[in-house]
Amino acid sequence: MGFLGTDELSFLIESTGWTLLLTAIAFVAGGLMGAGIAILRLSRNRIVKSVAIAYIQVLQSIPVLMVLFLSYYGLALAGFDLPPLLAASISLGLYVSAYLAEIWRGSIEAVPYQQWEASASLALSPAQQYAHVILPQAVRISLPPTVGFLVQLVKNTSIVSVVGFVELARAGQLLNNALFKPFAVFGAVAAIYFMICFPLSRLSRHLEKVFHAGRRH
Amino acid sequence: MPAVVIEDVHKSFGAVEVLKGISLTVEPGETVAIIGRSGSGKSTLLRCVNGLERFQSGRIEVAGHAVDHDPKRLRELRKDVGIVFQSYNLFPHLTVAQNIMLSPRLTQGVEKGKARQLAEEVLAQVGLADKFDSYPDNLSGGQQQRVAIARSLAMKPKVMLFDEVTSALDPELTGEVLLVMEELAKGGMTMLLVTHEMSFARSVAATTVFMHQGRVWEHGPSRELFAQPRTDELRSFIRSDLK
Repeated sequence: MGFLGTDELSFLIESTGWTLLLTAIAFVAGGLMGAGIAILRLSRNRIVKSVAIAYIQVLQSIPVLMVLFLSYYGLALAGFDLPPLLAASISLGLYVSAYLAEIWRGSIEAVPYQQWEASASLALSPAQQYAHVILPQAVRISLPPTVGFLVQLVKNTSIVSVVGFVELARAGQLLNNALFKPFAVFGAVAAIYFMICFPLSRLSRHLEKVFHAGRRH
Repeated sequence: MPAVVIEDVHKSFGAVEVLKGISLTVEPGETVAIIGRSGSGKSTLLRCVNGLERFQSGRIEVAGHAVDHDPKRLRELRKDVGIVFQSYNLFPHLTVAQNIMLSPRLTQGVEKGKARQLAEEVLAQVGLADKFDSYPDNLSGGQQQRVAIARSLAMKPKVMLFDEVTSALDPELTGEVLLVMEELAKGGMTMLLVTHEMSFARSVAATTVFMHQGRVWEHGPSRELFAQPRTDELRSFIRSDLK
């Protein structure tokens, strides 16, 4: 046991930056894709809808790790040499898109159908209905589960350590290899994850309360 | 020319035929009440008039628009035909004023200042001028329903449809809504309403239609219809309402 020096700590904090960056890239890229998939998933066109469902189910049914191996080692064999950050971003982005697409589809469907009827009866076009009536309500519904999913994502970024990308978890491993102080090192790593995730979890719960209190504006 | 023409309309949900050849007209400025037991098809008929439900055969024309299911033509129709629902269906994330101004601004290009003025006018008309900036959740059911009426009025509709608008309200709140509707009727609005309020139908609607098992069972001036029902079905329906 024993405490970590400033050099070791600053190494961990720097790696935390990479964890946060990777989370941000995966969340934004996956979110954009996920929004698109959610819209396709809600399409009335059966083929479009089936493609979206297949995409979601395939990605949700395989470990992110396999997607990561496929994009890092698989694509490398096929002649595309991806840097670890890119391979990691792509894999996590795909994973995020499949889950957010489902969360957001559910949120859109959770808006009562009477809201569609009322806005249609006021002569709004489907695009206007989405923009002014449905999505503003769906976003409120989706915020707690979306933030909850973000917490999962922060923790799941740790799997990219297996392709040599040095984020927080990988930094902990490296540090421990040098120092062999597993309790101090991994304790510090866990504490950093906790400091990121705990406030997010609280935020998610808080949002849930706010939006369930009956005041939906 | 009548404001609403319904001609031999048939409508089925799967194998169940809920409208079995309905014909009915509403003259401009007239108020027509549709009464009948649940399941008689009266709400379905009303929802066919603004295209919320499709019908299999027959013809409906309202405010000069033929009801078909071309989305563009349907939107044109809905600019002229307002509907108020049993469950109010206000947009909960928007204030009362925003609820009212949304469609005039989006679909009729009314500019902001004008839209505000319009919202003030229609709110005053339903007696809720002081609720301009409130959110729907902070209003009573009766107030929400009056806002829903105001929201429809802001479109300057030629015909208004009312689908059991007081059925979800506590008895002490129905009066304020019925009063607003009575004022509208007196003001010359063309209204087609499905209602359980017999006394309202009798006193405000010039014509009452009694629907039974997907058909227009009886149809005539409200006073006569209620005083001298010609069929047993209507007689027992009126009696069951008096309790």
